[in-house]
Amino acid sequence: MEFLRKAAPPLIAIALILAFWEWLVWFKGWPTYKMAAPSDLWPAFWKYRTLFVKMGWETLWRTVVGLGVAVVFGTLLGMIMGFSRLMRDALYPVLVGFNAIPKATVVPVIALIFIGQHDFNTILIAFMISFFPIAVSVSIGLSTLEPEYRDILRALGASRLTIFWKIALPKTLPEFFGALKVAVTLAFIGTNLMEIVEPHGRGLGALFDSGKINADYPLMFAVLFALAFLGIVLFYFVVLLERIFAGWADRSAS
Amino acid sequence: MADLVEIKGVTHAYRTKAGPLPVLNDLTISIPEGEFCAVVGPSGCGKSTLTRLIAGLMKPDSGEVWLHGERVKSPRKTVGMAFQNPVMLEWRTILENVMLPLEIVAPSMPRARREERARQLLALVGLSGFEGKRPSQLSGGMRQRASLCRAIVHKPEVLIMDEPFGALDAFTREDLWQLMHRLRAEEPFTALLITHDLRESVYLADEVIVLSDRPARVQYRMRIDTPSPRPIEMLYEPDSVARLAILREQIEIAQGRSGGAH
Repeated sequence: MEFLRKAAPPLIAIALILAFWEWLVWFKGWPTYKMAAPSDLWPAFWKYRTLFVKMGWETLWRTVVGLGVAVVFGTLLGMIMGFSRLMRDALYPVLVGFNAIPKATVVPVIALIFIGQHDFNTILIAFMISFFPIAVSVSIGLSTLEPEYRDILRALGASRLTIFWKIALPKTLPEFFGALKVAVTLAFIGTNLMEIVEPHGRGLGALFDSGKINADYPLMFAVLFALAFLGIVLFYFVVLLERIFAGWADRSAS
Repeated sequence: MADLVEIKGVTHAYRTKAGPLPVLNDLTISIPEGEFCAVVGPSGCGKSTLTRLIAGLMKPDSGEVWLHGERVKSPRKTVGMAFQNPVMLEWRTILENVMLPLEIVAPSMPRARREERARQLLALVGLSGFEGKRPSQLSGGMRQRASLCRAIVHKPEVLIMDEPFGALDAFTREDLWQLMHRLRAEEPFTALLITHDLRESVYLADEVIVLSDRPARVQYRMRIDTPSPRPIEMLYEPDSVARLAILREQIEIAQGRSGGAH
């Protein structure tokens, strides 16, 4: 009963929106080359089911690898900036400037430089678009560590590495996962950017692009739904990791 | 025989944008083994600097700090620290928090032994049954109790406390004062307590040192020979009241000098 009360409002809202969409397409009498209705989506999924699985997997693994590289690089950069005032002053403006460049404009550049290496290019864009929040949050987490936290270990003669492992790193985890939730969405956008702007026959973005070329609206909308599904899965995977590794920061649970 | 903690002619200044800011001026303090020394003084007079010097976290411009016959030049494993902020690691349980110093100081000690030692101390401060709780589930007073356990779990030669009871309510504070006496009986230690609570200093310390305003030097020393443990009622006896009045006056003198010092 409690579950029903909670689940009912969003489910009803979704059903109403879909119904209105279906009605609008029917009322206007649009053919599928002009606009798709929700009822057209399932046939499109079924027709291209093998492609959806194959392309979806390509989008997924390239996003995850790009994000993984962003996590490693972003964390290292964040550590450098978090521990050294000089490096922070030196690198921060560069980072902000780099982040300000819309990545859609970088896509053709990358595609030209590393021509033909589509997996590499896609991972590179996913990485470039997503490491910024991780680097910033790790550096802020480390540089704002209260001196007492450092002192209780330093006074015992602990090395900097020990202090990092035992105090600084775990204390930064909540901020890190906050940034990772932003980064995972960004990496997903990055992957799709490359797949759509410079399609190479790989990934859901390429499937979307082929739908566009053929004015196949059912396919395009089906891809959008598949992307939304993948995005949600990725996001909640990060939430799951957060629960496992930084669950202590959630005080409402106790 | 030299005293356990010896601060000899320590002078220190912080370098600030507005030029050097002298905080300690030819400060000399010594604490014999097993004694409890309280340092009081006007706020901002360099009391916390003193704790960092003894812990070896910083070096004085001139003068020497000696601990157990050895000159302190860098952090040593033989100090325990407690601050106003209990500095609990939120991702660890209370038990794991108390065990932390042992992981650094005695990495070869088996986990079971570390755990046993931590449990024993937690029981001593009345936190039995809370070992598995997170710091956020405990009250401020309980967190500070756990913090004291962590400060002495590795049997440090000297326990350095920087206003550890400052943020607690009056009743909890008095509870913890009494706890300090019990801890001294069970786990003898040499202690340096920084405080701005005169009653606290009179109740806890064998010697109370009043520092002058910045740059701080020893302005007044008071011995209190009542043996530990002391009943809390001691604070209401004429002797203690007289001591408090003297200390209060000394603080005022210390503050009064601030106008003409620079």
